[in-house]
Amino acid sequence: MQRSSETPSGLKGWFQRWREAYRDVPISAWLVGMLAAVLAEALVGYDLAYLLGLGNLPSFFGLSLIFKRWQLIPNILVFVVVVYVIPALGATYLVRKFMARFGRMRGVAWLQRIPSWGYILFNLAFVYVILHFWAAASDYRLLVLRLLGVNIILTLSLNLVNGWMGEFSVSVAGFMAVGAYVASILMVWGFVDDDVFGAAVFPEAWAPFAFPVALIIAGAVTAITALAVAIPSFRTRGDYLAIITLAYMFIVKSAIENIDFLGGARGFMGQPNVADSLLVVFIWTVLAVWIMHNYVTSTLGKATSAVRDNEPAAEMMTVNTRKVKMVAFLTHAFWSGVAGGLYAHIVGYINPGNFGLVKSAEILGMLYLGGLNSVTGSILGTVLFTMLSEILRPLQLIKWMVIPVILILVMIKRPRGLLGFQELRLPFLERRAQAEEEVSHAPAGD
Amino acid sequence: MSQVAQQLFNALQWGSFYALIALGYSMVYSILMLFNFAHGDVFMVASYIGYFVATVLLGLALGGTLPFSGVVVFVLTLLLTMFLASFIGIAVERVAYRPLRDAPRASAAITGLMVGIFLETLVLWRLGASRRNFPSLIEVSTFQIGPVQVTNLKLLTIVLAVVLMVLLHLFIQKTKVGMAMRAMSYDYAVIPLMGVPLDLIIAFTFALGSALAGAAGVLFGMAYPVLDPYLGVLIGWKAFVAAILGGRGSILGAVAGGFLLGFIEILVAAALTSTMRDLVAYSIVLLILTFRPYGLFGEEHSVRLRL
Repeated sequence: MQRSSETPSGLKGWFQRWREAYRDVPISAWLVGMLAAVLAEALVGYDLAYLLGLGNLPSFFGLSLIFKRWQLIPNILVFVVVVYVIPALGATYLVRKFMARFGRMRGVAWLQRIPSWGYILFNLAFVYVILHFWAAASDYRLLVLRLLGVNIILTLSLNLVNGWMGEFSVSVAGFMAVGAYVASILMVWGFVDDDVFGAAVFPEAWAPFAFPVALIIAGAVTAITALAVAIPSFRTRGDYLAIITLAYMFIVKSAIENIDFLGGARGFMGQPNVADSLLVVFIWTVLAVWIMHNYVTSTLGKATSAVRDNEPAAEMMTVNTRKVKMVAFLTHAFWSGVAGGLYAHIVGYINPGNFGLVKSAEILGMLYLGGLNSVTGSILGTVLFTMLSEILRPLQLIKWMVIPVILILVMIKRPRGLLGFQELRLPFLERRAQAEEEVSHAPAGD
Repeated sequence: MSQVAQQLFNALQWGSFYALIALGYSMVYSILMLFNFAHGDVFMVASYIGYFVATVLLGLALGGTLPFSGVVVFVLTLLLTMFLASFIGIAVERVAYRPLRDAPRASAAITGLMVGIFLETLVLWRLGASRRNFPSLIEVSTFQIGPVQVTNLKLLTIVLAVVLMVLLHLFIQKTKVGMAMRAMSYDYAVIPLMGVPLDLIIAFTFALGSALAGAAGVLFGMAYPVLDPYLGVLIGWKAFVAAILGGRGSILGAVAGGFLLGFIEILVAAALTSTMRDLVAYSIVLLILTFRPYGLFGEEHSVRLRL
């Protein structure tokens, strides 16, 4: 590491030296740092929180505690620095050189043979381990993380229609409701002794393996019901879809309320515990992100964008606009249904009131906060919105006055959302691909 | 037979509520090509304003401070509420729509939605979740028209709604501001070149729509004297569907759609059970929109995109 000779002294120089030290640190080193912070929290967090008078371990880095007892701000600051900042920065600093070499894959023969998906998988596993340790601290964190996964799937699937297809769908909650109920019925019928559906059909040990099947069936059923919306709505463009999806939502909600054996407005419970672990939700979320990313970068995705920008022109370029719109909308419905099924099994109790306009508005807020036409934007928007809504939880009712104000300000400052029509570069997913490219561009020697 | 006629009046009453609110959606859509998603909550806030105005005026009248009878109090409440509600409309436009006029329409829809949530929470926070009882301003009496019994409130609602609609029609057709509004719905881009103050006309349109929602709020409060902060979600969104059913941006369509939705809902509730109301009503709406995608009176150009 070269340090420039004209580094100013004092506080400013100190900062500059720090920035230089961390400039070329690869993401994998940051992941190691985050892991160190999470482990530090598990080791000393409880005791330190007690010593500093924070009570139990703060759930969101002490941020929500600020709104409960502002007098504790200095203590929270000390806690955050000792437990998170110092271990994270320190561990990152220690492993930065090793990880940089590891990332570039030079010199180690067996590392070069790892395909790029292996590299991605390794990093994802790393992310999962961090989240796992972080969530192990409390059930509340675990719940928030799992719901975050569900919301990411929902936001992404909505982005496909509202972003890439350029329509305005509001029926996320309606699709969720269908998926949630179908998945719940299947699982309860199969694995739970229930008054309505009788004794369990299959041994309970099969439940974790049947759950993905149930989710896929739930998504498929949702997509089939979405046909009722899709077929009439693609004759015209514009806001037509908004209205028809709104009507769909009212119909679904009202229909569920009228089906007595599902509990009607009282709700439906007793789902088996198959989504208790973070891993299940994490895998589904990653799968959804991966598939969505592939979808929008594929020819089909480009065709969808073409339909958005100019439908007649797309038609002239041999794009089957009807098919493209149909596939995009049904994919949206499918994944919303899957997310609904996941949601039902995470919460363990669903009622029609869960799937109202408020839910749709929430997902729309996440989507437009992150930005349209952006996979990373959707993820970022969901994470920020969820964090915000958890941090502001101590404000209770006022939370729902603060969040709209923040969203309005963001929309005024950045009308296309934080990452609208652009992707955040994720080097830890790209580096290996770049390295491969370099290799393939090199003259063929052997 | 008398049962049907009886329900007819109920349907007309509900249709009046829907139509008055739907007009606000439609007018904004016709000039800005976007749905004012906060309008339902404007209606909710307006009915609360009506509640406070009515309570204060009634208190003054009963206390002898003001020499008013109940009817005068009602008229004053109606006018004052409409006046105050129009300012909420202007504020909503100022906060949620004016800064985003050149932005993608969907972004403006989101800000509208967020303003709606803000208003709901504000009312919930300041006034509590407990339901408020709207004071009765006019003594309820029942008329016998042939075999049908009608309360004077129902008749008042229907007559007033029709009067307001006629006034609105005259305003849009006969005055200069109305002409500017019509012109704006015809071609948004050219209007500023003709020397029409765009901002003023848009603000005025919001004010007009909100004033009508205010009238609906007072009438609704008198007919169903329980107010809660989710009134906008319950009634407003249905009025939105009514506006679409009638045809986007069409004034006549909003009225027709409002009454049609009222008829569908009441008749379904009367013929089947009331829990089936939403299910059947919106299935019918879906069916109508399948065959008439632009609504009853909508035109194809009214759905062109201005992204």
